[in-house]
Amino acid sequence: MSRNLLLGALLSSLVVLAALVSFIWTPFDHTAMDIPSKLQRPNSIHWLGTDHFGRDIFSMIMVGARTSIAVALVAVGIGMGLGIPLGLTAAAKKGSWLDELIMRANDLVFAFPSLVIAILITAIFGAGAINAIIAIGIFNIPVFARITRGAALSLWEREFILAARVAGKGAARISAEHILPNVANLLIVQGTIQFSLGILAEAGLSYVGLGAQPPTPSWGRMLADAQTMVSFAPHLALIPGTAIVVTVLGLNLMGDGLRDWLDPKLRVSRQ
Amino acid sequence: MLRYALKRGLSLAVSLVVASLVIFFVIEVAPGDPASFMLGLNAEPDTVAALRSELGLDQSKLARYLSWVSGMVTGDFGMSYTYRTPVAGMISDRLWVSLPLALYALALSTLIAFPAGIYAAARRGKPGDMAVMGATQLGVAVPNFWFAMILVLIFAINLRWFGAGGFAGWDKGFDTAMHSLTLPAIALALPQAAILARVMRSALLDILGEDFMRTARAKGLSRRQALWRHGLRNALIPVLTIIGLQFSFLLAGAIIIEQVFFLPGLGRLVFQAISSRDLIVVESVVMILVFAVITVNFLVDLAYALVDPRLRSRT
Repeated sequence: MSRNLLLGALLSSLVVLAALVSFIWTPFDHTAMDIPSKLQRPNSIHWLGTDHFGRDIFSMIMVGARTSIAVALVAVGIGMGLGIPLGLTAAAKKGSWLDELIMRANDLVFAFPSLVIAILITAIFGAGAINAIIAIGIFNIPVFARITRGAALSLWEREFILAARVAGKGAARISAEHILPNVANLLIVQGTIQFSLGILAEAGLSYVGLGAQPPTPSWGRMLADAQTMVSFAPHLALIPGTAIVVTVLGLNLMGDGLRDWLDPKLRVSRQ
Repeated sequence: MLRYALKRGLSLAVSLVVASLVIFFVIEVAPGDPASFMLGLNAEPDTVAALRSELGLDQSKLARYLSWVSGMVTGDFGMSYTYRTPVAGMISDRLWVSLPLALYALALSTLIAFPAGIYAAARRGKPGDMAVMGATQLGVAVPNFWFAMILVLIFAINLRWFGAGGFAGWDKGFDTAMHSLTLPAIALALPQAAILARVMRSALLDILGEDFMRTARAKGLSRRQALWRHGLRNALIPVLTIIGLQFSFLLAGAIIIEQVFFLPGLGRLVFQAISSRDLIVVESVVMILVFAVITVNFLVDLAYALVDPRLRSRT
């Protein structure tokens, strides 16, 4: 196992752990305001200081991890849940009108950057975590559809698939029983990358007010709140930003490490 | 080449039509009638009806779609529901901030990424390569709007080299305007530069293993000469794709960065329009952004075919 994978897994599990622990314990109530102790720098009582309402930043970061992870995870789930079947279908029906339709629809979704999808959705349904999930999720669908189709196409030419066809299995069964397990590694790696992009997208959407709404804490909104105070309380901006960077860096390192670890060909070529 | 261009052009047109249909009908299902929203709760029904007909909201959906699209083709985007001024004028004013910002960022990102990627590829596996790769790993993980805040903290608040936000306007002179776009452009460019440097490095490394590179070396060229004369041109193909893709990310990313620096660009316009339910502005801005993305990708496809003749026959 590579150093990347270990470091990435360590950083990511730290964040996941913080999110999980926040369900049963945080140093302070993350919504409790305490104006007399507002804007404190990190100290022994408030480990990461307090914000302009005197709320404990460490507690807010822990609960914010929950929002980030939940939004990104469900968005990746939507992308995989719809994108993988679409990609498998397109590969199984290669060259047919269905393949063409799926791939052109993918291209079309790609033309809408996720932020633009989010703007459209918010314009209609209003801002909120659920709409952020949908916006990020929709953008994930073509990513998984393309990767799945690309990998599946080369598999369809292989002998073991031919054998399965000779044995009388239909395209759907072959896709589920033989193609999917063989592209799973690739999808797991891509899933990690999309997960980290989802964390970044969620932070961006919350920052501009299109993501999770108060009182749900989110790292992006903490940064938006910090913006006007950055000159006299820089820790308000530095801490949530560092949380985002650590999470995304961890996931990216894990993705890179997983790819090297799961792909023996790469392992050989690196030596 | 002409056939290839025509084929891609046709697919561009179809994409644009479908995108406009999607945007129009998605906005159409939005709850709330703009006319009632503009006039408030106490408006008389016949006043609302009069405004509806003035805004053209009483026509059928198809008629409104057709007039929206045909208007856009001639540069008429309709009237803003809130400001009662032509949307086209509002957008073109803002575009003069967002577009130069995106292009400035694209130029910076390319200027940073090319040398970094080439340097890393030329020193594969050595400390220099590892340092560049480490920096890009970090660059990809940093949210650009957070990086923007850090830049403000360092260069505007502490060092006072730049203003913390706002846009001087092009009428104050090119230098002044570019000066106020510099920090935003750096913030936008950094994460994209990190991605581009990685692509540049891996594209070059792929090329270095090719037969023609070995031939170039056998011919007596040094590693560096071979890289510059033969490697770089061939590595440009994947790099070009990413640059094309990045343009759309930069234009959309500009929307967020504009919020950090209080720049009067498309982003500010669209968020104001969302909050006042000025849907015609929202749909026009979204259409402009999508148009830009689809068109840039089309141009990248054409540029490809010019660079690599093999691609023309393949599609």
